[in-house]
Amino acid sequence: MAHTTQPSAAMQSVLGMLSLPRQWRLGAGPLIAAVVLFLIVLSALLAPLYVPYDPMQMGSLNRLQPASAEHLLGTDQYGRDLFSRVMTGGRVSLMIGVGAALFSVVVGMIIGLVSGFFRTADAVIMRIMDSLMAIPAILLAIALVALSGPSVWSVIVAITIPEVPRVVRLVRSVVLGAREEPYVEAAIALGSSMPKILWQHLMPNTVPAMIVQGTYICASAILTEAILSFLGAGVSTDIPTWGNIMAEGRTYFQVKPGLIFWTGAILSLCILSINLLGDTARDMLDPRLKKREA
Amino acid sequence: MMRFKNNDKSSAKAVLDVRHLSVRLSGEEGPDGLVLDDISLQVHEGETVSLVGESGSGKSVTSLAVMGLLPKGALEVSGGEIEMDGESLLTLTPSQMRRLRGQRMAMIFQEPMTALNPVMRVGDQIAEVLQTHRELSRRDCRDRVLDVMQQVYLPDVARIYGSYPHQLSGGQRQRIMIAMALALEPKLLIADEPTTALDVTTQAQILSLIAELQERHGTAVLFITHDMGVVAEVSHAVHVMKHGKIVEQAPVETLFRHPSDEYTKRLLRSVPSLVPRDARSQESTEPVLEVSDMQKVYSGGGMFFRKPGTHAARDISFTVKRGQTLGIVGESGSGKTTVARSIMRLVDPTSGTIRVAGKEIATLSRRALRPHRKHFQVVFQDPFRSLNPRWTVGRSLIEGPVNFGTPHQEAYERALEMMELVDLPLDALKRYPHQFSGGQRQRIAIARAVMMRPDLLVADEAVSALDVSVQAQVLDLLDEVQERLGIAILFITHDLRVAAQICDEVIVMQHGAIVEYGSAREVLSRPRHDYTRLLIDAAPGREWDFANCCELLTA
Repeated sequence: MAHTTQPSAAMQSVLGMLSLPRQWRLGAGPLIAAVVLFLIVLSALLAPLYVPYDPMQMGSLNRLQPASAEHLLGTDQYGRDLFSRVMTGGRVSLMIGVGAALFSVVVGMIIGLVSGFFRTADAVIMRIMDSLMAIPAILLAIALVALSGPSVWSVIVAITIPEVPRVVRLVRSVVLGAREEPYVEAAIALGSSMPKILWQHLMPNTVPAMIVQGTYICASAILTEAILSFLGAGVSTDIPTWGNIMAEGRTYFQVKPGLIFWTGAILSLCILSINLLGDTARDMLDPRLKKREA
Repeated sequence: MMRFKNNDKSSAKAVLDVRHLSVRLSGEEGPDGLVLDDISLQVHEGETVSLVGESGSGKSVTSLAVMGLLPKGALEVSGGEIEMDGESLLTLTPSQMRRLRGQRMAMIFQEPMTALNPVMRVGDQIAEVLQTHRELSRRDCRDRVLDVMQQVYLPDVARIYGSYPHQLSGGQRQRIMIAMALALEPKLLIADEPTTALDVTTQAQILSLIAELQERHGTAVLFITHDMGVVAEVSHAVHVMKHGKIVEQAPVETLFRHPSDEYTKRLLRSVPSLVPRDARSQESTEPVLEVSDMQKVYSGGGMFFRKPGTHAARDISFTVKRGQTLGIVGESGSGKTTVARSIMRLVDPTSGTIRVAGKEIATLSRRALRPHRKHFQVVFQDPFRSLNPRWTVGRSLIEGPVNFGTPHQEAYERALEMMELVDLPLDALKRYPHQFSGGQRQRIAIARAVMMRPDLLVADEAVSALDVSVQAQVLDLLDEVQERLGIAILFITHDLRVAAQICDEVIVMQHGAIVEYGSAREVLSRPRHDYTRLLIDAAPGREWDFANCCELLTA
């Protein structure tokens, strides 16, 4: 009976690896978060198409203008249109957030899997990780920028390096717990190769933790970028990012709080939605939690 | 001669009186939400009443309801009455109930390791119970604790007072639990599977300890267990539970001699007999597994000086022939699991040889061993952990054959055949492990092992986590698999009944060494070694033939 309904082998293994839940039912909270995040990402991506002004165009005559029909959120200390800058600034900020999260999770997961499974590699790898953790992110960023000039990539690398050891520790702890499970021993007895056991039996155990950690890194990377921009070690200051808009606005906080308020609001909304969605995704990816619903 | 506790206690004062108790899932109306349905039972002074049933029958819920410990928001009493010494417990406030617990009723749990606080000295834990309920000076309290510890026959009480739970053995921990429960001399003791996690010899000691303390203090005991042997040993009266109902209640001897309910009879029939089965005719003499002089030493570690290691297995030699079952029995720490894991090469033996299907595997590297792994497979004890929870059953089943180059489609077809063999529906392959019961999962685990068409199957306590009726089914399945495919089985168990039922030959292990090795009939009915005799004597209800409701006639 099952011959006709059985998906092809390749298809089956892909489906099995993702183990997507049958129904993607979202509660009200996560649904709002998804919509908000989608709007923020979309508006950042499409910013060049709709913003009324060039975000870098200065105008010495209309500095620190209040909100008006002409300038939706007013202007900053150089007379640049705040609305255009905030919308465009999301592009770099989000890219750094997503990029740093992806890199740290992928690199950290590979190192963590190896470290958790092979006792001999473990001691060496973990000591290297310990020493990496001792490097302050900000100093490393300044050094990297000094070496290679300010760019999005040096910021991403500077944020990723200190995050990797945290991911490695998390993955390693999950693997150390899971490798003692009888189903892993059964897989060894069934003659599965080491890469197969690592990737298909152990890796999926780390996914829930990785989603939560990834969203956290994404959020914290957006904030770290802001700090780096403020110190002048980030992306060059004329390119707007949420970080350097707020950094520059700090001086004028009492004159025009909107500079920090509007940028901060959209940044907080963005980070809140990412974290909420991360938690929801983790719950949905665990087949054991589905049982309780049923 | 089986001696039941026939002295009638029903004329004594009733300590606990449960009448028409029903418990339901909170917020669920209708018959579906009913967890306990019309439970009535009485426990009198000095009497032991057993609640027996399989997992999910509601015996633990009954005890929690009596203790007032039903999980809030999940379960609630929906009808009936619980009275202790004539006082209704259901109308008490939480703080009155708290005072009652410990003072007048106490409970012993199954797993003494998790019921004790791991970061507190055990003496202080007993003292805490006393100080919560009594005004005592520090010195009096300590004296009283040492006194109860002596009453439960703990050796060297002054030292154990200052020990942490992990420094004690399982039996000692359970004694601490009993000491805690009895510190305030309660009138009612609820024992929820108190010996299930213990070895048989320790179990025998704990059971006689409970009986003795009961005798001395006249405590009423509500004893919850799934083990018919234990029931026969300890109880005055028995209540059999199924799906939240009491299906039969009777004095102990009546129940075992003349069970009236169909379910009770079925339960009794599934208790494996201690009479060993006859060794099957040996059609083949081809040895599948030959182990000789195997040793496993766990090194002691130590940074600069090597500490002496632990000999987990020494001088292990035996053979298993095609179509035969060899059982290894022994208590925890006897090294039987080490032997199984060494043969599976999940740990590396220190020395000696292991030949599986004619090939020496003890010294092969992991990589060189991999192609040979299809010849020997394993079934683990815990069916809830031996299947990957994120994989469908089908994917778990075809993993092995696909590793050895069988095409997906062919492996899947073989998996479908396997489902028929282990008597599961074909669509089980598309479902996840959590959708199955423990017994079904164990069948899946067996199917996964048999998918490889192995020559040797190692079953490490494969039925120990299952209910008796499910246990009987799984044992039958193993028998059938063996008959059809002619594989050799190495069966590791602590349960002599199970060993008697399935094994042709038996090895008894103690402290990492083989103390007796022979045919099941020889070893179990005419044991030569003292330790074997000790094990057999400790098996609860050993004089009783449960299936035939009469005394066991041993030759």
